[in-house]
Amino acid sequence: MVAGHGSGDTVTSGPAEAGHYILGHYILRYILRRLAFAVFLVFAVSSVSLVLAWSAPGDYPTESLGIGARPETIEQTRERLGLNRPLGEQYRDWLARAARLDFGRSLLYDRPVGDLIPERAVNTAVLALTALLAATLVGLPLGVFTGSRRGGVPAGAIRGASLVLLSMPPLLTSLLLVFVAARTGWLPIGGMRSPGAPAGGITIDLLQHLIVPSLALALPLAAMFERLAAQAMAEVVGQPFVLAALARGVPRRRVVWRDALKAGLRPVAAVYGLVVGTLLGGSFAVEIITAWPGLGSLMLAALQARDVYLVVGCAGAGSIFLAFGTLLSDAALALVDPRVSE
Amino acid sequence: MTRVVGLAVLVVAIVAALGAPVLAPHAGDQSFRGLLNAPPTRPHVRGDDGTWHRPFIYRWTLVNQLEQRYEEDRSARVPLAWLSGGRLVQSADEGRAPLLLVGADSYGRDVFSRMLFGARISLGLALVAALGATLIGSAVGGMAGYVGGATDDLLMRASDFLIVLPAMYVVLALRAVLPLVLAPSTVFLLLSVIFAVVGAPFIARGVRAIVRSERTLDYASAASALGAGHLRLLARHLLPAARGFVAVELTLLVPAFIVAEATLSYVGLGFPDPMASWGTMLHDASNVRAFADFPWLLAPAAAIFLVVLGLNLVLQGPVQAGPNFRTPTVRLKPDTTREHL
Repeated sequence: MVAGHGSGDTVTSGPAEAGHYILGHYILRYILRRLAFAVFLVFAVSSVSLVLAWSAPGDYPTESLGIGARPETIEQTRERLGLNRPLGEQYRDWLARAARLDFGRSLLYDRPVGDLIPERAVNTAVLALTALLAATLVGLPLGVFTGSRRGGVPAGAIRGASLVLLSMPPLLTSLLLVFVAARTGWLPIGGMRSPGAPAGGITIDLLQHLIVPSLALALPLAAMFERLAAQAMAEVVGQPFVLAALARGVPRRRVVWRDALKAGLRPVAAVYGLVVGTLLGGSFAVEIITAWPGLGSLMLAALQARDVYLVVGCAGAGSIFLAFGTLLSDAALALVDPRVSE
Repeated sequence: MTRVVGLAVLVVAIVAALGAPVLAPHAGDQSFRGLLNAPPTRPHVRGDDGTWHRPFIYRWTLVNQLEQRYEEDRSARVPLAWLSGGRLVQSADEGRAPLLLVGADSYGRDVFSRMLFGARISLGLALVAALGATLIGSAVGGMAGYVGGATDDLLMRASDFLIVLPAMYVVLALRAVLPLVLAPSTVFLLLSVIFAVVGAPFIARGVRAIVRSERTLDYASAASALGAGHLRLLARHLLPAARGFVAVELTLLVPAFIVAEATLSYVGLGFPDPMASWGTMLHDASNVRAFADFPWLLAPAAAIFLVVLGLNLVLQGPVQAGPNFRTPTVRLKPDTTREHL
């Protein structure tokens, strides 16, 4: 699935050739295959999480009414919510309704799951995309910089910082950043919006709230991109075509930032698909710690309340994220490295 | 050089975990009623009057009940008692002035002692789970690579599928299937099994590739010509070729599992409360006001960071491929795949 760790010897194909492949038959079939896999992924994840959620001990009535509730009350609630029917029947029912894009009603929030999930999913997407963008914009150039030179204090410092940040998963960065924000009072420490009318308008307020969670998510990611790009660059810079270009008098800066960069992008593009998984997992911790109202915190609340349909909705939405991300990264990879689509 | 530093950090962590009952001044669940959220007691060697003494501490006295502010009671020195009561070091007056090297948590428990006992749980769980993942992964990968055909296809499709899933969500969903409150030993077993299953596909993929390419080599044919059965050929000759790969993967899974435990316990799906693990300790600190005012509650986060850094530093140097590791092309990029656990 991810491009092999080749030695990068045939990456000199020009843009014209890549364009040919994009329009070609191969890539279309490839994308169709990926799409089919994505559909299967979403279906499988939803079904499995439905079964898992059902097989969990306790259900919504027992969790919401508490230990002191009378058995009759629990039974009545179950009856009312349709939770006492056989599992097969409930599953068939759910499938039939899901096919019409009706994903059931959240018991915890008493709202349709189909309304609740997009709201939260957008928040997670905003967080993840901001982090991904920031990490790419910072990590990639730094990696090219450190990878294309042998030593020196700046490169060493960047490398060291990367190592430190790589050892700080989002759980730790968000705790640290929330701590700093709480001590200094520079930034809001939780949530997505300030109560009441914020001073600088809604957008500014949102951006201020976005800084801590997105930074917490972006820092380890930027370090990973830096390391990957640096390793790839170090490999590429030693290759004959770079030497040949330099010998012909092409300025070093141009060789590094134009010719070598293209080859160095490949491994970074290759992990973009996996990064979506990283972002989802990482944003879970970040959302809980910074009280960002996203998919992760919704999923946790749903799991704890045994809100079956909401759990399924969250898991399904998460797998849609993943499938979408993998699809995008495959397309990106095919652009950078035409070999993968064959 | 960096590898030595990394190794040193890891050795310290392991010694701390193994020696917890002796090294920790207190039991993990012992709480001091009057010392909720008390700051660290700094060992001094010099008194207020400028005289030198053997290491001693001052007693904390509560000056503000509401804000939980403490002041050092400078009137009396409390000397440290070495090697008394089976502990390396305690204060001479444990009842009134306990030694709190990293401070106390909101129940008045010694954070330092809890961190040492927590290391046993956090590191132990990660190690056991990583070993489990190695076992499952090697068995599945070895079988897929050796048997080939439909078995190979099925096993590899399944592992590819598991790899694609968002691991944290899978772990969460699996954990949530079981009752929320369980005995610590059950949680330990349960989490290690879940982690092992989620981590195994990464190992299975690499092992399969290695076994597949190794079994076509001459030595494999020679072994089977000499009468080695399938199982013997696989276990004695082919799997050892994957040793280098597996060692690297194992080192990569451990930090992922440490963080996964911490995350689960942080959200309340890990170990139950009186049990000390680095995750449950962070859970106790999870209220923002608490850790802004009492930063020592974040000490377990520092411990997690140091251990993960140590592991990363050890891996930084040139990764030693085992002597049997003849097929360098099958080394999957180890530095990225496990990140999203």
